Amino acid sequence: MSPAERGQQVTLEERQPFIEIKNVTKKFGDFVAVDDLSLDIYQSELFCLLGGSGSGKSTLLRMLAGFENPTHGQIVIDGVDMTDIPPWKRSINMMFQSYALFPHLTVESNIAFGLKREGVAAREIKARVQDMIDLVQLNKFAKRKPAQLSGGQRQRVALARALIKRPKVLLLDEPLGALDKKLREETQFELINIQESLGVTFVVVTHDQEEAMTLASRMAVMHEGEIQQLGLPHEVYEFPTNRFVAEFIGSVNMFEGHVVEDEPDYVMIASKEAGSHLYVSHGISCSPNQNVSVAIRPEKILMSHNKPEHDYNCCPGVVEDIAYMGNMSVFKIRLDSGKTVRITRFNRERSEDEYFTWHDKVFLTWGPTSCVVLTS
Amino acid sequence: MTTSSGAAWIASPTLKKVAQGIKKKFNWGRALVISIPTIWLAIFFLVPFLVVFKISLSTTEIAQPPYSALFAWDAEEAIAVLRLNLGNYLFLFEDTLYIDAYWSSIKIAAISTALTLVIAYPMAYAIARSHPKYRMILLALVILPFWTSFLLRVYAWMGFLKKDGVINGFLLNVGIIDQPLAIMNTDTAVYIGIIYTYLPFMILPLYTALEKLDGTLLEAAADLGATAWKTFFFVTLPLSVPGIVAGCMLVFIPAVGEFVIPALLGGSDTLMIGRVLWDEFFLNRDWPMASAVAIVMLLFLVLPIMLFRNTQGTKGENF
Repeated sequence: MSPAERGQQVTLEERQPFIEIKNVTKKFGDFVAVDDLSLDIYQSELFCLLGGSGSGKSTLLRMLAGFENPTHGQIVIDGVDMTDIPPWKRSINMMFQSYALFPHLTVESNIAFGLKREGVAAREIKARVQDMIDLVQLNKFAKRKPAQLSGGQRQRVALARALIKRPKVLLLDEPLGALDKKLREETQFELINIQESLGVTFVVVTHDQEEAMTLASRMAVMHEGEIQQLGLPHEVYEFPTNRFVAEFIGSVNMFEGHVVEDEPDYVMIASKEAGSHLYVSHGISCSPNQNVSVAIRPEKILMSHNKPEHDYNCCPGVVEDIAYMGNMSVFKIRLDSGKTVRITRFNRERSEDEYFTWHDKVFLTWGPTSCVVLTS
Repeated sequence: MTTSSGAAWIASPTLKKVAQGIKKKFNWGRALVISIPTIWLAIFFLVPFLVVFKISLSTTEIAQPPYSALFAWDAEEAIAVLRLNLGNYLFLFEDTLYIDAYWSSIKIAAISTALTLVIAYPMAYAIARSHPKYRMILLALVILPFWTSFLLRVYAWMGFLKKDGVINGFLLNVGIIDQPLAIMNTDTAVYIGIIYTYLPFMILPLYTALEKLDGTLLEAAADLGATAWKTFFFVTLPLSVPGIVAGCMLVFIPAVGEFVIPALLGGSDTLMIGRVLWDEFFLNRDWPMASAVAIVMLLFLVLPIMLFRNTQGTKGENF
């Protein structure tokens, strides 16, 4: 199942929220880290909080763990108000960004730490630690200290240590941040598999949109302590509801313009910047002549040497710069209006595709469903 | 050939020469850096140690210097005589005074070290956890007493502890006691003096260890179900062991051989090896005996510590 499919199931099932964040505000002095935020997270979701630094995502996570208390508002987990419950009494565990492994303990002892503090019988601890070590494939390293492990191995220990108490919720703070690119990709899928097999609710905080997209069954984009958009990863990517989300997630080309034709099933937008009318095949709620922004992703733009048949969605320009990236190339096109547009194109040089080089005169076009109109 | 130019650059012979030059210079620097403390230790530790060891094997004489020569050279017969007197060492184990003094010194030093640790740990912890703005001020306050003479501070304690001193005066006036406490010239006074004097030596290494402690480790422990006390015993305490070891050594070693504090604050029955040494040297003028006492004390102290450091050192290498 892809993350999107799993997400769909969650929304289809009308369930009681598992984590209810109700009008939570957190202030540090005058600084408002989290601003009157409300959010429901459902059981067995892999929920991602995506945002830049200072967006309040980590503060929200720390409030879930119990390291910070909300200034206002309430957090309810599995029907229990968390306000007066200290971190060590919450059946929530956290995987820290730095992993926070105890340097004086071996891998085994690190993983067993939580159970030992609970006073679980030694025989049971041994069995459960072994299960966890098997799950994260660290059999060879059980007797080592954290300093003798690689970054990826430490990450696994941290995961095992956080999962062994069978928490209701697992909080992950930038879980893949310290890994290199190759290892990240592998670990992403592994995390999803573990989450699926255990059914634990995961709440992931990340600043990396790619990480959020691959991991999340549902995600929220945060900025300045507020949620900007909440939805399935592909919804957030394809249909951003405001300029911040469109620009934060992936890269986007933005054209300013005003509405000239507003029909229930389409709109036509005049844009000087684009050098052509822009046609969008869905209705929007707007007033006539309203100023709007049209967002279009670089990979949705087609480039051709020949002028397309229709007059709309057709921007003439010149290839200004090309960045070759192996599997794809990024082109910077200077439109006749002076605006620079970024487009990405897969490299299929050995196929029959058109070939573009510097200073080529080109036409940019895209389908009527490819762009999004942003009114705010 | 843009792709191979990088490799060519590394393989160029001039660069190799430069690299070798740097390597040579580095080794010279290394030798220099190591040689300074080595020479220092040889001149100021090893040579005096050998001199004392030599004296300990001679016999007392009423002469200048007050001990016999180890070597005698008979020029007529061409015989070299080496006279080693092991009697001093044997006497150490015959007379219970010395064994009692060693034992008592180690006991007093061990108890004071333990008490110093108990007092210093919360102080070091508080300083390490305080706001960075106040940390330097608090550390300066810990070191501040060193700006006055050590002897002066011990005399000040005499003023506090004696029969008609500040403490007794206060307690009598308030009415908590009606007879002055006899603290001066007892073992208690010696403990107070040692703990007071060596407290900074315990606080500083503890502070260094605790200050390095990563706060997220404490959060991780709390997250995994450990209360504040359990977090302290299972995370903070084990991670501060290097500081505890260093602090205890810095207090225990000088406390064993301490002379001034027991001499000024202790009573006639406070038996410590530092005082026995003093008596042998200056009252009995028995230099060979005094030297033997010193050598044995050194072996008692240095050997276990060296063994301990050695195991610690190899443990570190296994990482």
